[in-house]
Amino acid sequence: MIRKDLYTIVSNVQEAVDTFRMVLECPEMPELHAGQFVDIMIDGKYLRRPISVCHAADGKLTLMYKVVGEGTAIMSGMAPGTRLDIMAPLGNGFDVSACAGSALLVGGGLGAAPMYFLAKELLARGKKVNVILGFNRASELVLVDDFRGLGIEHMIATMDGSVGTKGFVTDAIAQNKPEYDIFYTCGPLPMMKALCGFTDIHGQCSLEERMGCGAGFCYGCACHTKSGGKRVCKDGPVFDKEEIIW
Amino acid sequence: MVKDLSVNLCGIDMVNPVVPASGTFGFGLELADSMDLNKIGGISLKGTTREARYGNESPRIAECPSGMINSVGLQNPGIDILVEEKAPSLRRIYDNCIIANISGFSIEEYAYNVAKADKCAEIDIIEVNISCPNVHNGGMAFGTSAESAAQVTAAVRKETTKPLFIKLSPNVTDIVSIAKACEAAGADGITLVNTFLGMRIDIKKRKPVIANKMGGFSGHAIFPIALRMVYQVSHACKIPVMGCGGVSSAEDVIEMMMAGATAVQVGAENLRNPWACPEIVDALPGVMEKLGIDSLKDIIGIIE
Repeated sequence: MIRKDLYTIVSNVQEAVDTFRMVLECPEMPELHAGQFVDIMIDGKYLRRPISVCHAADGKLTLMYKVVGEGTAIMSGMAPGTRLDIMAPLGNGFDVSACAGSALLVGGGLGAAPMYFLAKELLARGKKVNVILGFNRASELVLVDDFRGLGIEHMIATMDGSVGTKGFVTDAIAQNKPEYDIFYTCGPLPMMKALCGFTDIHGQCSLEERMGCGAGFCYGCACHTKSGGKRVCKDGPVFDKEEIIW
Repeated sequence: MVKDLSVNLCGIDMVNPVVPASGTFGFGLELADSMDLNKIGGISLKGTTREARYGNESPRIAECPSGMINSVGLQNPGIDILVEEKAPSLRRIYDNCIIANISGFSIEEYAYNVAKADKCAEIDIIEVNISCPNVHNGGMAFGTSAESAAQVTAAVRKETTKPLFIKLSPNVTDIVSIAKACEAAGADGITLVNTFLGMRIDIKKRKPVIANKMGGFSGHAIFPIALRMVYQVSHACKIPVMGCGGVSSAEDVIEMMMAGATAVQVGAENLRNPWACPEIVDALPGVMEKLGIDSLKDIIGIIE
């Protein structure tokens, strides 16, 4: 059941270049899972902003967002105490039950955000979690301390080599050779495509598209898959690797 | 005192005049567990063609000030799924007016689809869309001249005894002549307006925001133009009008009805707020009280 509630901003701070972490509070917040998103109404903008969930528990919601346009620019200036109309839960999320014992989580840029929530969910089920985060440069790094706090291995790849392995996330995988029976990924399309081609192992990818309603009834965010046309917002945003037409 | 929200549309008693517009509420089933659907007077279902359609490529959505452009392109599962699955499923949970929205790419296809919808007991009203701006060789092409609009109307009229509405495009020079042609060809009512053909360009990427370049503009920005057309058509025709275009509040519903609408459709607002229709229905009695209105029937077309 989708609902909308008023959430109060607890904090809204810049964490990396153009990237902010917003923590909100709402006693009525519904149950949310890794890979799901929320849709935020912003004063002065017509459509809601879909933002992936970085963490949600005990009435507290954490979102990481990048300032890419007018809506997110308005968000970045919001003060603690501001109340936001947020619709949730939206989307299907990652399937943690598909992991037999050991998972590889690959986040590119802000794709790290849902990977953090997913790592927590997998760890809670007793799974082994390997994390690889890819960024262009050191100034874009996010959530590194959070992953460290989970006490799990996490590798970093940067395109300019300023931190970790120089190159793509696939270079970091080739170098570190983590063991896994499934991978989960969120990030730029070229990165996810390269990753799916890099390994024969099954995986799940979180896709993006411009959305209308965010809840599956306007058909504004369609994509082709091997099993026909799907709605990114409702049938996804997480799709099995085997289903995706790149 | 208790406010009377009911209206009568072509002999059908509606508990209230509020109807989500076609394409902005799916088949009603998608949101059934998130709200009390039965608060809504009627539901106009997703536009349906003979065959299933994927529609246009994405991106299909472009935001605008006070509105949005869509270029879905009539993605739908086809007429058989509508009459065999969607309408019966909705009827099991929904007591009020079910409106089937029918599209086509030829007069023969419109007639075929309407004949199928006519045999579906769960459908109360058939709304024929001759105004979709997002498909080639069909849709809006039929709604931009009085002659072709009348041809479609006459062809579908032969196929149904249900109340028949024709949904018109605002992308025309003389909406009244087209509405009158539909009335003369046997329409029982007119729905207007569909979206306005629009476009946005991503100036950083130097390309259109929408994959199909152009799409239909809707949202609060179009309300004054839609209202003007509802006023013109409802005063020129004897058949009732379902007003549509930029409606987002109980006040807008009342304004549309004063202009001449018997029922009022809510479109793009559902995409910002899926609960827009039940919230408008809840807000109507309070607004009526403030305005000294006891029954919505009393204000239909009071502007001369």
